[in-house]
Amino acid sequence: MEAMTDIANAIVLLLNFIVVPGLSYGSQLALGALGITLIFGILRFANFAHGDTMAFGTMVTILVTWWLQSKGVSLGPLPTALLALPVGIVFTIAIMVATDKLVYQHYRHHKAVPVTFMIASMGVMFMMNGIVRFIIGPNDQRFLDGERFIVRARDFKASTGLSEGLSIKVSQGLTIVIAVLLVLALFWFLQRTRTGKAMRAYSDNEDLALLSGVNPDRVVLVTWILAAILATIAGTLYGLDKSFKPFTYLQLLLPMFAAAIVGGIGNPIGAILGGYVIAFSEVMVTYAYKKVFVYLLPGSLEPSSLMQLLSTDYKFAVSFIILVLVLLVKPTGILKGKVI
Amino acid sequence: MSFLVGSNMVGGYGGADILKGCTIGVDEGEIAVIVGPNGAGKSTAMKALLGMLDLTSGEVTFKGKDITHLTPQARIAEGIAFVPQTSNVFVSMTVYENLEMGAFLRHDDISQTVEQIYQLFPVLADKQHQLAGELSGGQRQQVAVARALMSQPSVLMLDEPTAGVSPIVMDELFDRILEVRNSGVAILMVEQNARQALNIADKGYVLVIGENRHTDTGEALLADPEVRRSFLGG
Repeated sequence: MEAMTDIANAIVLLLNFIVVPGLSYGSQLALGALGITLIFGILRFANFAHGDTMAFGTMVTILVTWWLQSKGVSLGPLPTALLALPVGIVFTIAIMVATDKLVYQHYRHHKAVPVTFMIASMGVMFMMNGIVRFIIGPNDQRFLDGERFIVRARDFKASTGLSEGLSIKVSQGLTIVIAVLLVLALFWFLQRTRTGKAMRAYSDNEDLALLSGVNPDRVVLVTWILAAILATIAGTLYGLDKSFKPFTYLQLLLPMFAAAIVGGIGNPIGAILGGYVIAFSEVMVTYAYKKVFVYLLPGSLEPSSLMQLLSTDYKFAVSFIILVLVLLVKPTGILKGKVI
Repeated sequence: MSFLVGSNMVGGYGGADILKGCTIGVDEGEIAVIVGPNGAGKSTAMKALLGMLDLTSGEVTFKGKDITHLTPQARIAEGIAFVPQTSNVFVSMTVYENLEMGAFLRHDDISQTVEQIYQLFPVLADKQHQLAGELSGGQRQQVAVARALMSQPSVLMLDEPTAGVSPIVMDELFDRILEVRNSGVAILMVEQNARQALNIADKGYVLVIGENRHTDTGEALLADPEVRRSFLGG
C-alpha cells in the first residue's frame, strides 16, 4: 500500500511539473511555430519578426484589457483578456498587412531571394520591438484576472490524500483548449475551403498554382491574416500563463523556430508536433528529479544531488541543441518539410 | 487563320532572343506537334503562346482576338491550359484535390467533368484519395493532363508529356491525347519522341534555332526524306 502511494506521488509530481506545464508551453510554441511555418510555406522566408508580432498583438490586448478592467467589465472566472483578444487580433492584422504593403511587397515584385526577405524581417523585428517598448515599456506587465486555478494543489491533496499536489492554472487549461480549437479551425480551413486549398497549392507548387488561376495577392493577404491571428493568440496565452515582457517574446523566437524546423518547416502538423517536442524537452531537461527518485527508490539509494540535467538558465540551449541535431541528421524535420 | 496562333514571334527570357520569328498555331479538333533538335526553342515557342516571356515582336491571337499583351493568368481564364514538363502536379495534395485546383477558376458544379476525367483516365478514379506525389511517373502525367483539362479549356498545351515515361505508358498517353482531341479540344505539344508524336499529329512544326524549318501535316513530315534524315534519325 505504501509502495502504491509512493508511485502515485511520483506520478503526480511528474504530472504537475512536467506534463501540465509541457502541454501548455508546447501549445503556445505550436501556435507560434504554425505562424512561422505558414509564412515560410507561402512567402518562402523565415520571418524573424514573428516573436515581436506576438508581443505587439499581446500589447494591444493588454491595453484593451486594462481599459475594460477600468470600466469594471469582467468575464467572471475567465480572464478579461479573452474579451480584448479580438481587438488585439484586428490591430495585429492591420500592422502585418501594412508591413507587407510597405516592406515585403516591394521585394516580392523584385523577386528577391529568401535571404533578402529574412533580413528585411529582421528590420521589421527591430521596428516592432521598438514600437512595443515605446508604448508599453520594457518591464513585466501582469494582466491576468478572474479565477487563478482550475485544480488547486491543496484541494487535490485533500481529496486524494496524497502528499504531492496537482495544480492546473486557468491560463494553462485555457491555453490547451484554445490551442486545440484553433488548430482544428485552421486545419478545417486549409483542408476544406477554396482559399485554404489555394494556399496549400501555392505552398506546394507556386508556378502550377498560378497556372491554375490562383491569385497570389489574395493568398499572401490571407497568410498574413492567419499569422496575425495565431501570433496574437499565442502571445496572449503565453502572457497570461507567465507574464508579458517584450524581451521574452524576442527570446521565444528560438524555441518557435526550432519547433517549426524540427517538425518539418512548411508542414503545419509538423509545427504542432515540434512545439510539443521542444516544450517537453525543455521542461524535462531542466526539471530536478530528486523528489521523484525519493519516492521510487529505497531510502539507501536516495540521490544526494538535485538530479537536474540542466539549470533552467540554460533552457534555450535545449532548443538550440535539438535544432542543430535535426539540421545535421534530418534537415527536412520529423515530418517531411522543405529543406532550408 | 488558326484558332490559337503566334505569328513571327521574336523574344527570349531577357537575354539573347531564343525565338527568331517563328510561327506556331493550332486549330480546334487538331493535334499540332512541335519537334526539333535540343535548344531549338520548342518549349519557349509554346510558353510564348501562354505569355510566359516578353515578345519583342510578333503577335499572339486566340479565337481571332489579339492576346499578345495578356498575362498568363488572363490567357488561362480565356480557355488555354498548360501542362509543364516537370513539377506539373501538386505532390502534397490528393489526386482529387489536384483536379479541384485545375477547376479553380470555375464556380459551377465540377462533378460531371470529374466523371469524364475518370472515364478518360480510369486509374485516377482508383487513386483519387491518394497523394499525387505517391504515384508513378506515368500516373503523375495523367494527373497533370487531367488537372489541365478540369478548366474545360479549348486549347491544351503539353510540354513533353512523355518525358521519362516507359514506351508502353507513352503509347497509352498518346491514345488519351487522341481521345481529348476527338472531344474537340485543340492540342499543341512539344515532343522529344518526334516519330511517335508526328504519327498522331494533324500538323507538325520542325523548329531549328528559333525559326520554322518545316511545316506540314504529320504524315507529310514523316514521309519527307530531309526531315527523316535530319530529325528522325533516318
